Amino acid sequence: MTTLTDFFLQPLSYEFMQRGIIAAILVGIVCAVVGAYVVLRGMAFFGDALAHTILPGIALGYLFSGGARDVLFWWALGTSVLAALGIGAISKNSEIREDTAIGIIFAGMFALGIALISTVRSYAVDLSHFLFGDVLSVSTQSLWLILIFGGIVLLTVFAFYKEFTTLSFDPILAATLRLPVGLLNNLLLTLIAATVAVSLQTVGVALMVAMLVTPAATAYLLTHRLSHMMMLAAVFASLSGVIGLYLSFYLSIASGAAIVLTATFFFIIAFLWKRTT
Amino acid sequence: MYPHSHHKQDQPILDVSHLTVRYNGHVALEDITFHLHNGERVAVLGPNGAGKSTLFKAVAGVMPPTSGEVNIYGSRPRRHVCIGYIPQRSQVDWNFPVSVADVVMMGRSAKLGPLNWPHKKDWDFVQHALETVEISNLASRQISQLSGGQQQRMFIARALAQEAELMLMDEPLTGLDTPSQEGILNLLDRLKQENVTVMVATHDLEQAASHFDRILLLNHHLVAFDKPQAVLHTENLLKAYGGRLRPVDGENILTVDDCCDEGEHDHAH
Repeated sequence: MTTLTDFFLQPLSYEFMQRGIIAAILVGIVCAVVGAYVVLRGMAFFGDALAHTILPGIALGYLFSGGARDVLFWWALGTSVLAALGIGAISKNSEIREDTAIGIIFAGMFALGIALISTVRSYAVDLSHFLFGDVLSVSTQSLWLILIFGGIVLLTVFAFYKEFTTLSFDPILAATLRLPVGLLNNLLLTLIAATVAVSLQTVGVALMVAMLVTPAATAYLLTHRLSHMMMLAAVFASLSGVIGLYLSFYLSIASGAAIVLTATFFFIIAFLWKRTT
Repeated sequence: MYPHSHHKQDQPILDVSHLTVRYNGHVALEDITFHLHNGERVAVLGPNGAGKSTLFKAVAGVMPPTSGEVNIYGSRPRRHVCIGYIPQRSQVDWNFPVSVADVVMMGRSAKLGPLNWPHKKDWDFVQHALETVEISNLASRQISQLSGGQQQRMFIARALAQEAELMLMDEPLTGLDTPSQEGILNLLDRLKQENVTVMVATHDLEQAASHFDRILLLNHHLVAFDKPQAVLHTENLLKAYGGRLRPVDGENILTVDDCCDEGEHDHAH
């Protein structure tokens, strides 16, 4: 019995594990709720592109601050909001197909980010943290930023729940009800952008889309109500965060990858279960 | 609050004047002029791509006219919340995680205004709308579990919850079996008593003739707009349908080749 208790409690004796687990749970909840709209509106590719597009912003912050991690949140947030609204505008007034335009911009920006970071050769290890996350190095200050901005995102979704849902289900209805469709679309893009900034340290830009999409898609398979889908997705995402960190601790695997793999495992189970019933 | 326009009751519920809509370099509608009386039921007939959906979108104020104008009770549609647009069933994501009651409640989003959650009064409204269309027993079903006719009734209930006075229904009968079609048509008859004005895009000449006050025959231009017996003669139909219309020998019966395409998109040919 003691060994089992030890198994769960021993990692918690480390402060970096405590902070990591809190961060993973908070990020999981925010990603899951916003991710529900990402899944329902078919914006997975947009989310992935957005996450990659912020890399040059992070790189600039990194170069200017000489490697300090805490200020990077603000650089990530700024770039992310700009990129989200920019991509939103391009996809509306583009002569080439929307996904092609997004693909070009996201790959170009991603390359620019890598180029900038590679100028500082000795910090190559930090690049992998931006790409794949490093939740175990979250500082108390970063934790507060995650809590505050994650809270703002959740409150906004709660406040505009019926508008976002109506707009996602039937944009023409939203327009005939004279809801401010353009404003709501941009607000949703901004929320996704803030979610990306909040999640940066946990899973990194390359794995971000998994946190946005996988828990929400898992919940989508198991429920028929949007509110239930959001809550269930939050449970899956938080569980993935906690289990992933324990796996990371005991098996010495990268924390972001462990979290995403756990979320993917939940999805596969739900998918197979849905198949057999 | 979201915008609401005042109704001038001495003005027609819908007045379309020299409406032209062009997009992507095509003329979808050209110089359309007509107006509707309150409580009237109008069938909109025309071949695929004739501009029926475009007409509805322009009337609903979600697609801007290139020239000409649309007036609802004397003012532009952009601020009116009394127009219920019922989409083609093929345009709807039926796996969206919402119940029938949730969808009907969406119709009340405008009346609720921002930051408000539905009150008991609103749920009563939804319940009453579902009773009117006779699917109150299905309120908590996920929408993918409905039959085609029930899906159509749900959208009518949503327009009722919206307190729509003008309902625009894009091919509500397409793909339904005959009893379901009859059910919807009977429901439209009852809406007339509630003074709801209805425009229905359809392919069925016979139903258009038997269930509607007037027929609007459309093929980019307005070919005819009058009582069914005045509209439905060979000359008009040939004008609207061209070669796709075949007179059945000797008799005064006509068939149309292109009926019942699921998911029609308006694009000019």
